[in-house]
Amino acid sequence: MTALAPTAPAPTSTPPTNLRARVRRNPAPYLLALAGAAWLLVLFVIPLISGLAVSLMTGNPQEGYTFTWNWGVYGQLFGPGASTPYWLFLGRGIFYGVMATIVTILVGYPMAYFIAFRARPEWKNALLLLVMLSFLVSFIIRTDMWAFLLSDQGPVLTVLRGIHLVGKDFHILGTNAAVIGGLAYNDLAFMVLPIYLALERIDPRLIEASADLYGKKPATFFHTVLPLTRSGIFAGILLVFIDSAGDPVSPSLLGGTHTYTIGQAIQDAYLTNQQYNVAAALSTVLMIVLGVILFAYARIAGTDNIEDLV
Amino acid sequence: MTPTDPAVMRGLTQARLSRRTLLRGAVTGLGAMAMAATLAGCGIKGSDAGQAARNIDWKAFWASQKKTGHLDFANWPLYIDQDKGKIPSLEMFTKATGIKVNYQAVIQNNAPFYATIAPQLRAQQSIGYDIIVMTNGWEVTELINNGFVMELDHSRLPNFAKYAADNVKNPPYDPNNAHSVVWQSGFTGLAYNKKLAPKKVTSFQDLLDPAFAGHVGMMNDNTELGGAGLLATGVKPVDSTPDDWRRAAEWLIKARSNVSGYYDQSYIDKLQNGDTWVSQAWSGDIFQAQANGATDIEFVVPEEGQAIWHDNMMIPMQAQHPVDALEWMNFYYTPEIAGIVEDWVNYICPVPDAKQYIADELEDPDVSDSPLVFPTADMEARSNELYVFKNYDEYELWNSIFNPVIQS
Amino acid sequence: MSTATSAPAAVAAPTAPPKKRKGPWLPIFFWVFLVITLLPIITMIVYSFNDTPTSRITFRWHGFTTYWYQNLTQVQGLPEAFLLSVVIALLSAIISIALGVPLAMALERYKFWGKSALSTTVFADIAAPSIVVGAASLSFFLSSNITLGFWTVLLVHVTFCLAYVVVVVRARLSGSGMVLEQAAADLGATPLVAFTKVTLPLLVPGMIAAGALALAMSIDDYVITSFVAGPAVTFPLFVYGAAKVGLPPQVLCFGTIIFVIGLLVMLLNSWITRRGQR
Repeated sequence: MTALAPTAPAPTSTPPTNLRARVRRNPAPYLLALAGAAWLLVLFVIPLISGLAVSLMTGNPQEGYTFTWNWGVYGQLFGPGASTPYWLFLGRGIFYGVMATIVTILVGYPMAYFIAFRARPEWKNALLLLVMLSFLVSFIIRTDMWAFLLSDQGPVLTVLRGIHLVGKDFHILGTNAAVIGGLAYNDLAFMVLPIYLALERIDPRLIEASADLYGKKPATFFHTVLPLTRSGIFAGILLVFIDSAGDPVSPSLLGGTHTYTIGQAIQDAYLTNQQYNVAAALSTVLMIVLGVILFAYARIAGTDNIEDLV
Repeated sequence: MTPTDPAVMRGLTQARLSRRTLLRGAVTGLGAMAMAATLAGCGIKGSDAGQAARNIDWKAFWASQKKTGHLDFANWPLYIDQDKGKIPSLEMFTKATGIKVNYQAVIQNNAPFYATIAPQLRAQQSIGYDIIVMTNGWEVTELINNGFVMELDHSRLPNFAKYAADNVKNPPYDPNNAHSVVWQSGFTGLAYNKKLAPKKVTSFQDLLDPAFAGHVGMMNDNTELGGAGLLATGVKPVDSTPDDWRRAAEWLIKARSNVSGYYDQSYIDKLQNGDTWVSQAWSGDIFQAQANGATDIEFVVPEEGQAIWHDNMMIPMQAQHPVDALEWMNFYYTPEIAGIVEDWVNYICPVPDAKQYIADELEDPDVSDSPLVFPTADMEARSNELYVFKNYDEYELWNSIFNPVIQS
Repeated sequence: MSTATSAPAAVAAPTAPPKKRKGPWLPIFFWVFLVITLLPIITMIVYSFNDTPTSRITFRWHGFTTYWYQNLTQVQGLPEAFLLSVVIALLSAIISIALGVPLAMALERYKFWGKSALSTTVFADIAAPSIVVGAASLSFFLSSNITLGFWTVLLVHVTFCLAYVVVVVRARLSGSGMVLEQAAADLGATPLVAFTKVTLPLLVPGMIAAGALALAMSIDDYVITSFVAGPAVTFPLFVYGAAKVGLPPQVLCFGTIIFVIGLLVMLLNSWITRRGQR
């Protein structure tokens, strides 16, 4: 009986003051949430803390690692005396994240707009399907296909050279542009979908009213449609930026010598060099930097709790 | 609600960062610290604490092992004969001995593969393979010194004693072949695309030529890369000192402006599709590419010399089917099987008698007469062994000098 | 958040925007970029039929063949990797639904101590970059001496699928409240009956959607898996390793088959919904 009873306490009684009383009053949510919460605690929260702990260890693969509260590792890796420019890789990762986000907005917004407003209603789902279609294939296969298509002797550049659009020395792979293109390509769906959903929610009469007020289409767009889809854009920015900033696959398959990024550095430190403390420190710093950026972003968007944005 | 309503004023002006959020943050932080401290008790085991401590009676061990009929073989890509997806030598092995082989070309480079298996070896667990093939270098030294690989029972390897070349018996990194037998040896030199390259490549200094800008490939294995740098600056790797290493790294950084990427075995892909015109290359890969139609690619022994290395078959500890592994090693060391594998792989064959087999039975003089597969004394004179690390600190120093070349 | 509120029933259905002359640039833009997104897929399908002399894909066209489709299992390790990916994806989907649906119900319908912390944790689980999650999980397994392999991959996959399940199910549940269950209780249903006859049917579409999402996320995951797999090889790991030296054509065949199956499922789904609407 109590499992389905409403939980809001009667307005006149005082709320329970301690946990045990609350649980006894209504055990339902605690029972429901227990398994999932325990799982998240053990396999999500604790590993994050464990990452911090490993970063504070010293040692090497030969002798093993022991916990020594070695805060100095952060200074070693990012301070002025660092032997490897990790700060550069971190900055590059953020740069790629920002650029990929911008590209997905510039490409994804018009696509979502087209489906929402310019397509016949019966075709909308089909068109959305078409946009999502490429994501049925493993993204590594897709990225590898791009590496082929864009290679120097591959079809794209051969055609471009044939019609004399580019010079003989022009190449795409190995540049920042190739990496950003790859990141944007793989995350396009994350931007199109939220924007499309936000556009769909707009009442068409608002657009009519706006057209009556402003008269010109660009004004309608910028003053009415764009602000109404803010939540969709914000959701897309969140997903794309976080995914792209730390991604090691696109720089690895499409990049060259000066595209080494923080994601690859973390992977190499763990999976090639077994420098677990360095790797964990890099990962913790990335997490903190992204967290700070997210928090600032949420504040700019006007809320204390970032969940309200999505 | 007029704007002067005190409740509204409070709402408008209340600080976002209330005492509550601060307190919440502080509690979370302290909790995290406490957890970190408790987790601190668990450190991460190193190799030293591992298996070397155990003294194993190998005679008794091998006496108790039996053939199981299954073999898990981990190797590098492009390292065994292929026939449209089938592996003839392994099929002959299965027919002769009844042992089914699960062949996995999972080893892309020494350091990443070692990083994958090391935690399990330290925990004394099976890594899922009975034979692994690794290049003589830091990882092989580690595996042997830490007791991560089994001692071989040479009484079951009569073919090795009979057919193996002298220079693969009793190597300096594994006296008396106690733990390993050579699978293939190989040269690391330069390869270039005759059609696309603006000029012929004969020396490491050609990599600095601006004509090759953006089309030079190098390896991302620190040992190979450092070896190339040392040879380019005129130093034999085995005799080099840390100062030599620093000079080599400077040369490599000078070359980096021409380099399009630092590759693992994917350099061969880039050479074949024309993205790179010249690259550090392994001799056998180039042979195979030529046989597969990439006739524009040529292997070059640089004037300064090339590197020679040996890939070794080893049996990791806790392997599930060690006797079957020995059976394969024995089966391989015959002119016939080594010849069949060699005819396809085109690296340096550890069985000199295979030369006759390839010339007569397989009728392939391109391979049997090649000094890159059956080296002449002249070829051996131009080849240099890679540097041998004495301990982890040396290895770490080498890495710290050469990593910045790749990570830029 | 859209500020448009639900239209009052009294007003007539909104009319379409006045028919003005619409520029061609937007459709052109859309179709051009759509083709660009599908270009790698087309390449993959075309080259899975290429008759290469070696067993690695090459971009010179050698002739049409279905040999690679006939010999899908020839590549050592590929079928096993694919099977492992499918098994892990199915198990992850099932377990994360079992854990996530109750969690979503608790978060959406009740207020309780720790709700905001739990909600934030779920959000962090989705938002956290894969590389950080993978690195942290690896640190955890290493320092606890847990062997890397099938079980660690499964554990980590369930962890990130859980967050997606919770979000999807919460979205489905939001707005419906407990009204229907209370109505059922008023009509005399016991809690169990109310649950099975009212709550569960409501949840099923959400569970299917969440399950499909979890399946998709798990099968395609590379970054997190690369950290915690140890010796286990899943399909994305296999492809990434093989891509360095040259993919075997069978990988393209697998990709094509999965693509075609997914396409058929999507078409079937929309055909069924279209029929349902009539």
